[in-house]
Amino acid sequence: MEANIHFPDPALIKEELINKYPAKVAKKRSKSIVINDPETIPEVQANVRTVPGIITQRGCSYAGCKGVVLGPTRDIVNITHGPIGCSFYSWLTRRNQTRPESPEHENFITYCFSTDMQEENVVFGGEKKLKVAIQEAYDLFHPKAIAIFSTCPVGLIGDDVHAAAKEMKEKLGDCNVFGFSCEGYRGVSQSAGHHIANNGVFKHMVGRNSKPAEGKFKINLLGEYNIGGDAFEIERIFEKCGLNLVASFSGNSTVGQIENAHMADLNVILCHRSINYMGDMMETKYGIPWMKVNFVGAESSAKSLRKIAEYFDDAELRARIEEVIAEEMPKVQAVIDEIRPRTEGKTAMLFVGGSRAHHYQDLFNELGMTTIAAGYEFAHRDDYEGRQVLPSIKIDADSKNIEELKVTADPELYSPRKSEAELEALKEKGLEINGYEGMMKQMQRKSLVIDDVSHYESEKLIELYKPDIFCAGIKEKYVVQKMGVPLKQLHSYDYGGPYTGFEGAVNFYKDIDRMVNNPVWKLIKAPWEKAETESLEASYVTQ
Amino acid sequence: MQTATAKTATQNACRLCNPLGACLAFRGIEKCVPFLHGSQGCATYIRRYLISHYKEPIDIASSNFNEETAVFGGSHNLKVGLKNVTKQYKPEVIGIATTCLSETIGEDVPMILREYVAAFGSDAPMPEMIFASTPSYQGSHIDGFHAAVRAAVKTFAEGGAEKHLVNIFPGMISPADIRYLKEILTAFDLPYVLLPDYSQTLDGGPWGEYHRIPPGGTPRSAITFTGSAAASIEFGSTLEASKSAGGYLEEQFDVPRLNLAMPIGIRETDRFFDLLEKLTEKPTPEKYQDERRRLVDAYADGHKYVFGKKAILYGEEDLVISMASFLHEIGVVPVLCASGGKSGLMRERLEELIPDMDENGITVRDGVDFVDIENESAVLQPDLLIGNSKGFTMSKKSQLPLVRIGFPIHDRFGGQRLHHLGYRGTQELFDRIVNTVIEQRQNASPIGYTYM
Repeated sequence: MEANIHFPDPALIKEELINKYPAKVAKKRSKSIVINDPETIPEVQANVRTVPGIITQRGCSYAGCKGVVLGPTRDIVNITHGPIGCSFYSWLTRRNQTRPESPEHENFITYCFSTDMQEENVVFGGEKKLKVAIQEAYDLFHPKAIAIFSTCPVGLIGDDVHAAAKEMKEKLGDCNVFGFSCEGYRGVSQSAGHHIANNGVFKHMVGRNSKPAEGKFKINLLGEYNIGGDAFEIERIFEKCGLNLVASFSGNSTVGQIENAHMADLNVILCHRSINYMGDMMETKYGIPWMKVNFVGAESSAKSLRKIAEYFDDAELRARIEEVIAEEMPKVQAVIDEIRPRTEGKTAMLFVGGSRAHHYQDLFNELGMTTIAAGYEFAHRDDYEGRQVLPSIKIDADSKNIEELKVTADPELYSPRKSEAELEALKEKGLEINGYEGMMKQMQRKSLVIDDVSHYESEKLIELYKPDIFCAGIKEKYVVQKMGVPLKQLHSYDYGGPYTGFEGAVNFYKDIDRMVNNPVWKLIKAPWEKAETESLEASYVTQ
Repeated sequence: MQTATAKTATQNACRLCNPLGACLAFRGIEKCVPFLHGSQGCATYIRRYLISHYKEPIDIASSNFNEETAVFGGSHNLKVGLKNVTKQYKPEVIGIATTCLSETIGEDVPMILREYVAAFGSDAPMPEMIFASTPSYQGSHIDGFHAAVRAAVKTFAEGGAEKHLVNIFPGMISPADIRYLKEILTAFDLPYVLLPDYSQTLDGGPWGEYHRIPPGGTPRSAITFTGSAAASIEFGSTLEASKSAGGYLEEQFDVPRLNLAMPIGIRETDRFFDLLEKLTEKPTPEKYQDERRRLVDAYADGHKYVFGKKAILYGEEDLVISMASFLHEIGVVPVLCASGGKSGLMRERLEELIPDMDENGITVRDGVDFVDIENESAVLQPDLLIGNSKGFTMSKKSQLPLVRIGFPIHDRFGGQRLHHLGYRGTQELFDRIVNTVIEQRQNASPIGYTYM
């Protein structure tokens, strides 16, 4: 990968980022700010506690569990057990979409259920109120499933949501009730909540219905949450290619799908961070391999489809997929040809999510734009450096507090879809079977990689690099734009999307073109246009 | 889909949580960083929510509780956090609010702050600290807002010889409303301390230079004078003296507390201007008399479109009360005045403004959620909804137009610049309501007319 862009010296930038911190904080942050080398990937400190008072992008365990993983489900009644704020703040804010088969079909996604804990519940316990809330939700909707999400006070006052769920499940008879201990103080970020959600969904939902799934090429789509309609585009492509989607975790999903997911023959993983646990557990228990794919980016989508064809090793499927790619790509190329002259050579920074900061680099590449710095909010070392580092990741107290399910092969349902030898052969061909190479391998030498970037650091980065676009979320959006740099929200897409697949790529190119070439930015005088440029001019060309 | 009747759980809440209000109020103090003592998720959620309405940067620090802190207490984290915020942001003030987590474990924040000052007080510069207790399992965002304003005054106000100035505590209003109030007070030539003033911090321009903390806000030094002001004007029908900044100043420094309903509609705005005339012994400046005349004229011209229309109003109690009074004035019947708040005073206060409310078919419900409101709507058959963005789902389902006011507005642009108060705000509201009714009729008309 080569680019002909002048960067300030990353070592100087790193120094500049941390020199305002107290010594102890500077030392800690310095391990999370590294200069990339795709050949010999350096270690990144990740998934460690945020220092108090450093304003972080990170959310909490509840946000990861209820907001991210279970939020997009439409036929589970999700009840937040706690004071009102948590449920209110996670009420449709992620722009998950869903498409019930008909208006009569269940869709609880627009609802926000809360036990709305009051002081007396904190003092005397909230289990009673929780059980009444479950009963009410059942009487009202007769849903297939009810899920309970614990917020901070719940764990502290000792409410046993699992016992309450079990009791209500038995009482109701035809409704699956289960709880999540996803109190906000657990773990270091929303990542803990993803893990807790994976465990719960695996334990309480997957495997409940072993009716053989239909179709020849049966796959589950993992780590896709249908923000801005992303899942709809992937579904469209799958259908066109003749791939049979058994279950999605969890964009546009249903309880029925998830309960039947173990009948698929391949799990494809989009967001490695939030759902890799599910892939691993399903492999161990049922023998379904998982494969890392990326449907963000047109080229990446084509590549991912070819990998799926390779996995199933079917000539007809291969041919069909090539046909689809041949049909879709010209439309994409036409838009690239039009836009690329205006975006070529521009620079981007991405500080977002646990996978998005990686995936979206592909779209920028397709526009001829270079990612000069990137990092995740809540990822782990394997998302940066690749899964080969997993054995060397130290398990700290925060990770230890999150339950690791002990999964074994199911005596009846375990059936390896591929033999060890077949899997090895597929890996030889470059398929990321049960593996993930991470973000850094794809990034340029001397680009900066920063985990859990703080508000202060991101402002500094903008000042020093002056990127053409910054990608993060709504919390960062307006501070970046105050400085005259457009910010693209990669959580909510600024009300845009979908950005997956072929049609999504086109949407993204157009949105980026509109942002980086917008005349309004000329009206804003950026701070660096006024201030004396600082002493970081020593620049060089990356190779 | 079925609907609920009596219920224990809350579905689709019509209120936000206590610490959110406190963070918002702290944002209106100059060089102040809000700080939440609890899990980082609270700060993140509240930031993302406030930002989606104001579309401005909002930094809120947190003591980032983890499992261990939750068990053994957060004193250490709070101190580390304060130190880091001080070092990075160089704030003059840090506004600390609690969350349900720190409140549940019974953290003694004032004691921790005393320890902190004792340990690091000699390190310059030491910001001033304001503390408000805001457990999320009590009240709503509006309680947190008032608690933070009261805490600020409690921390900084000093007594002394009466100064020629008034305090104005307007409650939770838009940045545009704040700017308008300041303009009015200036036009009366009346020195004032307005708290909190987030008119610039939450609705400012691009930054020609770097700012750790956005410019604007009520200066800390100005808050000191609130104890020697001639009077405090406080908006909020249901705001009790025991919970308000004005109440504290009256009790502590004998500053008279003049409580008014939020000035929306001609009658309530007249009361506000009458008060200013009395305090300054000057007539209302011509400019506002003009605004009033234009508004009366508009009422006369627009009344036929809206008279007899039925509206459902929802939001914070004080906003709903004043909006109801305004609607009553223009002949729109607020068939339901609903709030997620539960001061217990809503009906009583509304009756003071509209004594014949029962005969006019005006009903009041506090402590409700949107499912309750929807159920009422099915019976009341209103013509329009007036409230924040959270009513959209209901508006779509029941095909009722929604006039967006208050907070949060995150499905439209410019919520922070909407006016609600005074003659100008009323004018804007009146125009929007009239046009909503006209648009509805125009769209529904089989012929389609283009001329009014």
